Amino acid sequence: MNTKLLMKGNEALAEAAIRCGCKSYFGYPITPQTEIAAYMAKRMPKAGGVYLQAESEISAINMVYGAAAAGIRSMTSSSSPGISLKTEGISYLIGADLPCVIVNVMRGGPGLGGIQPSQSDYWQATRAPGHGDGHLLVLAPAGIQEMVDLTYLAFDLADEYRMPVMILADGILGQMMEPVEFPQQEPKYVPKPWATNGHQKNREHNIVNSLCLNPAELEQSIQKRFLRYQQIAQTQVRYQAYDTEDAKIVVVAYGATARIALAAVRQARKQGIEAGLIRPITLWPFPKEVLLQLAKQVESFLCVEMSMGQMLEDVQLAVNGRCPIYFFGHTGGVVPTPDEIVREILQISGGKNDDL
Amino acid sequence: MKQINLMIAGFGGQGILFVGKILAYAGLLEGKQVSWLPSYGPEMRGGTANCSVCLSNELICSPLVTKPDILIAMNQPSYDKFVDKVVMDGVVIIDSSLITIQNQIADKQLISIPATQLASEQKLSKLANIILLGGLLKKTKILSLDSIQKALQTYTSKPELLQSNLKALSIGDTTV
Repeated sequence: MNTKLLMKGNEALAEAAIRCGCKSYFGYPITPQTEIAAYMAKRMPKAGGVYLQAESEISAINMVYGAAAAGIRSMTSSSSPGISLKTEGISYLIGADLPCVIVNVMRGGPGLGGIQPSQSDYWQATRAPGHGDGHLLVLAPAGIQEMVDLTYLAFDLADEYRMPVMILADGILGQMMEPVEFPQQEPKYVPKPWATNGHQKNREHNIVNSLCLNPAELEQSIQKRFLRYQQIAQTQVRYQAYDTEDAKIVVVAYGATARIALAAVRQARKQGIEAGLIRPITLWPFPKEVLLQLAKQVESFLCVEMSMGQMLEDVQLAVNGRCPIYFFGHTGGVVPTPDEIVREILQISGGKNDDL
Repeated sequence: MKQINLMIAGFGGQGILFVGKILAYAGLLEGKQVSWLPSYGPEMRGGTANCSVCLSNELICSPLVTKPDILIAMNQPSYDKFVDKVVMDGVVIIDSSLITIQNQIADKQLISIPATQLASEQKLSKLANIILLGGLLKKTKILSLDSIQKALQTYTSKPELLQSNLKALSIGDTTV
């Protein structure tokens, strides 16, 4: 008996959310993530949860704020332009230390951009998901099984660290189908004594708020939050390394692009080039340490993205000038091909170090 | 089995994505690694819809098929767009009711089936796609007929529909 199901990334992610205890989903349709909302509309009520199509993305993220404040596992999803609309609410969620999951199935930007796959929201996700000092924990799946596994992880980490977690996918991952298995794994629920739920006057009222007019108090709360960020940076970094042991050139790519890059790395190996791949799974915290270590061994890095080069800056920060870093990318919905990446690898390995 | 990359292309509404799904699911039933990647967006309404399917015994790296081993083309624009991308000795299977071939393709195996015409004669409207699938299986044996039949069973909602699909499949099988 085969227990694997053939599912679209969007649908698999939605099913995973329900299975790991998400009891409220608030969304608004936008290509290429609409299947998440459609699946939730069908399944969530039967699973005893709330599905609500909000009147806008802004409304949806604020509904998440409400549900999360009440201690409920809550999620919203959108694609690039819709995420921009949510950023005010995301900043409030960060400021109020609320756990929730936000999914961005990226498409080409800026503005309304296009509807084809892209990775041009990396900066938004890792640098400025909203105003103020703060971070999201950002997870980047590269296949449909990971759309499932990282959704489980996202809800657990959100609760554990009391912060919003973003799953940063793209149009390819949202739309493609692969076999998936749903893990038989219990969600790691944690007590939420801060939640603003009913208590029949058995305790003091809880208040969830992001407003703090006393600068010293506000600074203190931010510093406390950053201690938590520090702990996350030490314990939650995740990445996958392929063929890096003897690599002279290491490609760095995440999400669907990492799959295409892996095809290229394998092809380059067949042509005698010692190529490897690092695939960051957490984009924040970024796997700096492994890149720094590899910088001592490799001749160069090649960063490949579906953007003009955004993660590139994190690679540069990690490598800190120890060796040349090249970039190859397409943007606006154009997907790089393995052949194009192989060509880059061959060119770099040919010693043309001055065309950075 | 080395990885087999398929490209299925035609007009939106011809069941392009459905054939892909049947192939992918049959692959899953045979314990293979599979991926199914559709084109999405406005091109699905009347333009060329296409879908990439990979079948392999090992990890599938890129799900995006740029150099298909097998092309199923169901309209002229799709044929014109993808035929040159098919690998040498690859298989090109076309609905010859809808596609005219201007230049002979010497380095590829061509299978021509007047699928739309056969479908209409047999009152199997909209099943030209499954006729082509039947022909493809017979010629390439990439998946067993049994798995494909099971996949059709899974993805057809009514018994009558399954029967017409199975009939279309056998027409494709006997035509080649």
